Amino acid sequence: MNRYPLWKYLIIVVSVLLGLLYTLPNFFGESPAVQVSPLRSAAKVDTALLQRVEDTLKKANLPASGMFLEAGSIKARFTDTDMQLKAKDALQSALGNNYVVALNLLPNSPQWLTGIGALPMYLGLDLRGGVHFMLQVDMQGALSKALDRHSADIRGSLREQKIQYAGLDKEGSQITVKFRDAESRAKAETEISKTYGDLSLRQQDVSGEFHLTATLKEEAQKRIQNSAVQQNITTLRNRVNELGVAEPIIQQAGADRVVVQLPGVQDTAKAKDILGRTATLEVRMVDEERDVEAALRGQIPFGTELHTERGGGPLLLKKQVVLTGDRINDAQAGFDSNNQPAVHINLDNNGSRIFKQLTRDNIGKRMAILLIEKNQVEVVTAPVIREEIGGGRVQISGRMTSEEARDVALLLRAGALAAPMDIIEERTVGPSLGADNISRGFNSTLYGFLAVAVFMSIYYLMFGFISVMALGVNLLLLIGLLSILQATLTLPGMAAIALTLGMAIDANVLINERIRDELRNGLSPQAAINAGYERAFGTILDSNITTLISGIALFAFGSGPVKGFAVVLCLGILTSMFSAVMVSRGIVNLMYGSRRKLEKVPIGQVWKPVSDKR
Amino acid sequence: MEFFRIKRDIPFMSWGKYTTAISLATFVLSVFFLFSKGLNLGVDFTGGTVMEVGYSQTADLGKVRSIIAKLGMTDVSVQNFGTSRDILIRLPAKPDVSSARLSETVMAALRQNDNSVEMRRVEFVGPQVGAELVENGALALLIVSLGIVAYLAMRFEWKFGVAGIIANLHDVVIILGFFAFFQWEFSLTVLAAILAILGYSVNESVVVFDRIRENFRKMRKATVAQTIDNAITRTMSRTIITHGSTQMVVVSMLLFGGEALHYFALALTIGILFGIYSSVLVASPILMLLGVSREDIVKPEKKEETTEALP
Repeated sequence: MNRYPLWKYLIIVVSVLLGLLYTLPNFFGESPAVQVSPLRSAAKVDTALLQRVEDTLKKANLPASGMFLEAGSIKARFTDTDMQLKAKDALQSALGNNYVVALNLLPNSPQWLTGIGALPMYLGLDLRGGVHFMLQVDMQGALSKALDRHSADIRGSLREQKIQYAGLDKEGSQITVKFRDAESRAKAETEISKTYGDLSLRQQDVSGEFHLTATLKEEAQKRIQNSAVQQNITTLRNRVNELGVAEPIIQQAGADRVVVQLPGVQDTAKAKDILGRTATLEVRMVDEERDVEAALRGQIPFGTELHTERGGGPLLLKKQVVLTGDRINDAQAGFDSNNQPAVHINLDNNGSRIFKQLTRDNIGKRMAILLIEKNQVEVVTAPVIREEIGGGRVQISGRMTSEEARDVALLLRAGALAAPMDIIEERTVGPSLGADNISRGFNSTLYGFLAVAVFMSIYYLMFGFISVMALGVNLLLLIGLLSILQATLTLPGMAAIALTLGMAIDANVLINERIRDELRNGLSPQAAINAGYERAFGTILDSNITTLISGIALFAFGSGPVKGFAVVLCLGILTSMFSAVMVSRGIVNLMYGSRRKLEKVPIGQVWKPVSDKR
Repeated sequence: MEFFRIKRDIPFMSWGKYTTAISLATFVLSVFFLFSKGLNLGVDFTGGTVMEVGYSQTADLGKVRSIIAKLGMTDVSVQNFGTSRDILIRLPAKPDVSSARLSETVMAALRQNDNSVEMRRVEFVGPQVGAELVENGALALLIVSLGIVAYLAMRFEWKFGVAGIIANLHDVVIILGFFAFFQWEFSLTVLAAILAILGYSVNESVVVFDRIRENFRKMRKATVAQTIDNAITRTMSRTIITHGSTQMVVVSMLLFGGEALHYFALALTIGILFGIYSSVLVASPILMLLGVSREDIVKPEKKEETTEALP
């Protein structure tokens, strides 16, 4: 009765082998590496680049312990982090701005393991160090920005169609256009409703003035908000690429949130600065006809704004935006003809055309280039237009440091955020703490396992030892499964591994106690083993399902580290059911099943009450 | 080796009055501390910034405090964390300041004073996120409780479900009471531990209930109290050994897990100890109180017999 058919043994052997195979990569550890990947499609990753990387490293006397070309990037492995950092600097300066040189960790597992997809578990930020941000997109800001754009466009359309209007104001979530007569208002209404489907219009007569108010339609608002989040994610991805982070995670979380995880990033100040900045560029004309002095006294002329040039005097700027940062193809930091730090901007076709026309029409006048960050407007420079500028090449230079020029170029290049974002959650873990956490989690699991193993072997003798073997298989399968799924391992996840081991032994205790019970009731050894396993199974199932309910609820409602805990807990329950029931039974069957005359079950002393009357 | 050599069934049910009194007392005490002292909620729930920094030598807490005070920050707590070289700085959440950059300011000031200082960990949680985590935590607790009641009711009978969940929520309240009394920090991981222990402790009740059901079928002549006593006595050994094994692992976490896992392991320890007590001495008396009888369990079998008898 205690025999398994061959296929059951085969299942056990195969699963143990698979578990072993996929657990293996975790023991090789990881080594520091530098990853070179192209930033623009123009830059190619090929053997020529590989040669260049090799030469650069050789020249800098930084021998890589391994280098290979893989999936569009070159990875070079180093023996220590010191060399890795030096190599990063050397490569970045040698390869220039077209490539991202990022720090990374590469698994040390041999090629054949990687070949069959056996990779080590992905370590969470609390184990490898890095930053986790949660950013909230300011939806109100996105709508307000869309409204800004619309008011500028309406102004343009009305002027184009030669419809007279007395003024245009944006207040809160609506645009109000004022007219002198009802006729031009009616004309404007048909024109606006024809061109701008997103707006719902309403006529209003206020103290003799004819108003037309425009608000964004409900579905348009929704669409704008959605695309704002999407565009912000794209922009963030661009910026993170510029930062040079290997394996960043950028994903939407909920309706208006974005999660950014940057493994290995230490300079959190820089990361925060680059991620959170909302720089956009605007080109506007300087209004030189009206009085700046009067404006300084508080009488700002209609349709203009008062700004101060960086390191210069006050300026009156027209509100109308001629060109925005959306038209930028590329931006690079460099130096101007006077050897001052500058940003060189390359406009797209449309932008080039607008800029060419603008400069042709306004020779001798001043234009202003503004950098807008978090509602802070700064006039970077306000040069006089000397000649028509064609070809879309613009240079901004105005009393900035080369560091500033680099940041501005990066931000302009990566694109603007569609809406402002705020960091609402941050979790940063330094590398030393990450390493500490790994050893803490590992030691907890190891010593916990040893304690249980010693106790079980003493208390249940051979059957205890079999239980420990089953527990070992459980651990193997759990880690193998986590590696196959490429689940993210966190410190709570490691705690869950330890905890699952403690809980998993429950099933074997149940079985062993049942067997003792049956022996006490006078069953023969073979029958007792069989009955013990059969009867305990229902209880094991019941008790595991309740823990599984907890695990699933934790997964559904938990966030971040708790989710990692829940995943391991749930998987651990599943593997423990398999190993405690099937694997331990398999070993028992193999050892004792074929013995005709089993005199005694080696499960420790079975004490019988003397006055057993039942 | 066998620890438990029990000759006769232990009359647990006749102790019902005392155990209920003890449970009620600890429960009321826990609730009292929960309300009078409140939980020392971690940054996950309150929002704010926590920074862990490490020095190469013993950290001078007074100096760190004065540096931070110079930055104009109030209500800041600075304490040792684990070793004398590591310190934990808590900065409260302020609605008007964007606290995302607070940690950088503090770090810069500390670095100016002593270059050896190393940033080990920063956690910043915005107030709105904290509120959500509280809500989600409460929701998870509710779902787990309902799920367990539903499962036990389905598997056994509603009285078992109610008795099981009361016994285990009693454990949860007591864990919370400990955290309130000692003002241990209540973080997300502690919440995870509590939910895990909720699921785990129910195992215990399930095992006892399983035996009770079996006994109802086998011990036809015994009273309900005798039936339950026998079930508890016969599962005792398993209960203690299982919990002991789990506790060994948890102790290992307490010893080697460092500060990060300390309160997690502590919550588990209390949960495991009270889990033993409650499943034996709380769940079963409640089951009796609810008037569980043989008919609750054995009835379905009779029905099957009658249906089988029909052609």
